[in-house]
Amino acid sequence: MTQLHLAVALDGTGWHPASWREPDARPAGILTARYWADLVTEAERGLLDFVTFEDALGLQTSAFHLPDDRTDHVRGRLDAVLLAAALAPLTRHIGLVPTTNVTHTEPFHLAIGIASLDHASLGRAGWRPQITSRAADAAHFGRRTTPQLTDEDVRDSELIAARLRELFGEAHEVVEVVRRLWDSWEDDAEIRDASTGRYLDRDKVHHIDFVGAHFSVRGPSITPRPPQGQPVVAVLAHAGTPYELAAAGADVVFVTPQSRADAVTRLGAFEQARQRSGRPAGDRIRAFADLVVFLDDEPGRAAGRKRRLDELDGSTFGSDAAVFTGTPGELADLLLEWQAVGLDGFRLRPGTLPHDLTAVTGGLVPELQRRAAFRTAYEADTLRGLLGLPRPANRHARAASAEAGR
Amino acid sequence: MKQIHLAAQLPSVQHTVVWSDPSSGSQIAFDSFARLARTAERGKFDFFFLSEGLRLREHKGRVHDLDVAGRPEALTVLSALSAVTTHLGLAATVNSTFNEPYDVARRVATLDHLSGGRAAWNVVTSYDAFTGENFRRGGFLDEADRYTRAAEFLHTARELWDSWRPGDFRADAAAGEFIRAGAGRFTHRGRHFDISGRFSTPPGPQGHPVIIQAGDSPEGREFAAADADVVFSRHSDLASGRAAYRDVKARLAKYGRSPADLKIIPSVSYVLGDTPAEAAERAEEVARAQVGPETALMLMEAAWGRDLSGHDPDGPLPEVDPVPDSVVTKGHNLYRSRGRDETVRHWRRIAEERGLSIRELITEVTARPTFVGTPRQVADAMNEFVQSDAADGFVFSPNVVPGGLDELVDRVVPLLQEMGVHRAEYTGGTLRDHLGLRPARHHHSEETL
Repeated sequence: MTQLHLAVALDGTGWHPASWREPDARPAGILTARYWADLVTEAERGLLDFVTFEDALGLQTSAFHLPDDRTDHVRGRLDAVLLAAALAPLTRHIGLVPTTNVTHTEPFHLAIGIASLDHASLGRAGWRPQITSRAADAAHFGRRTTPQLTDEDVRDSELIAARLRELFGEAHEVVEVVRRLWDSWEDDAEIRDASTGRYLDRDKVHHIDFVGAHFSVRGPSITPRPPQGQPVVAVLAHAGTPYELAAAGADVVFVTPQSRADAVTRLGAFEQARQRSGRPAGDRIRAFADLVVFLDDEPGRAAGRKRRLDELDGSTFGSDAAVFTGTPGELADLLLEWQAVGLDGFRLRPGTLPHDLTAVTGGLVPELQRRAAFRTAYEADTLRGLLGLPRPANRHARAASAEAGR
Repeated sequence: MKQIHLAAQLPSVQHTVVWSDPSSGSQIAFDSFARLARTAERGKFDFFFLSEGLRLREHKGRVHDLDVAGRPEALTVLSALSAVTTHLGLAATVNSTFNEPYDVARRVATLDHLSGGRAAWNVVTSYDAFTGENFRRGGFLDEADRYTRAAEFLHTARELWDSWRPGDFRADAAAGEFIRAGAGRFTHRGRHFDISGRFSTPPGPQGHPVIIQAGDSPEGREFAAADADVVFSRHSDLASGRAAYRDVKARLAKYGRSPADLKIIPSVSYVLGDTPAEAAERAEEVARAQVGPETALMLMEAAWGRDLSGHDPDGPLPEVDPVPDSVVTKGHNLYRSRGRDETVRHWRRIAEERGLSIRELITEVTARPTFVGTPRQVADAMNEFVQSDAADGFVFSPNVVPGGLDELVDRVVPLLQEMGVHRAEYTGGTLRDHLGLRPARHHHSEETL
């Protein structure tokens, strides 16, 4: 049986907006390294492939497209790249995947930040680029405006995507520039040749000379090529336009099927985007389904817990991803059923922390191991290794060896 | 007696690093950073410092290949170092020209949270269209505007940190109140920044991270006096050190600050020997390794603005005139402060007076101020520098990475501790504590209390 891959998405005290009011929640800790270290070491004990960290360039909001004035939900968070870096020395195997905004940030800064995370973690960095259309986020930078989505737009993910096509086009360029900067140093560019006084072989350090529709970047990077060559790029995609971004630029795509049948539909749509992208068919892209999970051993208890949290919050929690309530055994059944339609793995979003994370590591993982569907030990030290993705050859080295072979 | 503040810098992209030394390790591997930082912490240093580079240097139109090149992003490395140290301050250079206040303020605040109050930010400027080619925004800033932007950038960052008042982050589950209404709300309307909204990151344990400024120009000194907690200076002798110290400290009063509010710490290196003669000999070896014949010619070409490849690095200075306004080396600011003509005149004068070759001259003019001697001599010289008000301490940049701080910490620091001028144990938890700085001012509390 093909083993599945498992990740958890960490954010605040969990994905339920009332999660911070649970008795075992540590809401005052979300700005401390200790809090996150406890969560990530727990995920690593469970042999998970990677954790992701959410982020945004604005205060959290409970509306998709607008800021709100709520004071009764988790608000305030740390920069995800720096948070991931602080966890790198405390872990050995698990991948660390921060989210960054690509609409208001500089691709050069993003490239060297993620490359540095890969150096500090010895090859366990990933990167989740994310656009923002919120006008409020743009006002935090004051350099441009972005299209403000209406309530009408928000009802339909295809409509949103159409409205944001321009920002996705720019995101394509950011991902492309970041990847080119990672390749701008060949792996063996540092030669330290004392006899000629040369520290670098400058023939192996390249300007990228990227000129796109939205911006240009000259390069090369200031940071040598990271251990994985290319850290793992992961894109969350709900519809056609983001599928194109993932198909063209990602190693991992997170999709949000609502059912097994919906997973078939979404993977089909993604496959079409992939074929249109012109990306080499040999390039592997891992497809993960996102699921919000509430887990308890006793049947019915998780659903009851979610109901109680909904009552506390005053509304029924739903998400862009499907929401699962049940036992670890029931979740294992569902994951294996869905996996069969062509998913490589799942990114589980714990409803509450630490409860639903420890239910994954202590309940779901052993259950999947019993069914020989999940690893019993880490088999690689890098994130690419865990995901079965090869280390990409440097595009310049590739070009040079093709030249030599002619 | 004044206490000596000590900081350590991992030397990066430059010819002061002796990368050819057999003990020289990686400038990139996290282990190198961790080893140097742990050594500094073992020596009870105030902080560890990383500089920044946003473009590789180029010489005669090609990537410069003689110096150490390539470094990770400073704040990312320092965040990782926060996990392997407990008291050491963590300082990063972050450019105010090619960044935006919202992003930098949240990243520096994040480091302050992750490190438990040990973050510092060295605010620097760039005027450089060459560096700008790596950014969407390009080389958009006139040189004259770089300090006005830097000052407004820093003020804006402080407004963002202050947008959360003490107690705004409540996480009170019983009351169902996570934050106070309006927490993080800000509006800034200025010449360089016109921004408003909600700031996403409550301030860290220090409130405002420690602010560092480097640079010795009159604008730089004024900026430091108005806004910085620490200034990196560059003076190698007591007389010029004292003069600069007096000048900078005198500027503080007009900003309502006292001399203790700003620490002046020159950037220095050191070479030890068991005897004075052995130390001098080692210092000479280090200098030879730092400035090889290729590096000497390259720097001469940079200053002259023309190709000098026919010249013997061990021979006299070129007789040909420099080419005005010609730039053969980009990303280097060796002669920027003086201007090309003045630099060349100055170099010719020194070389003539002392009969120096190209390589000897370059070695002389590019050397970082260096303490050379036995451990006792170095400890005494450091102490004299501080007690006579030429500095408040030093930032040491060792010649070799990552082991280059070992001798200082093992052989000189114990002497300073015996003399009672350097702490034997950390007495506080935050970098502000180590530096003896007052808690950060909070604009709101000043207004409302």
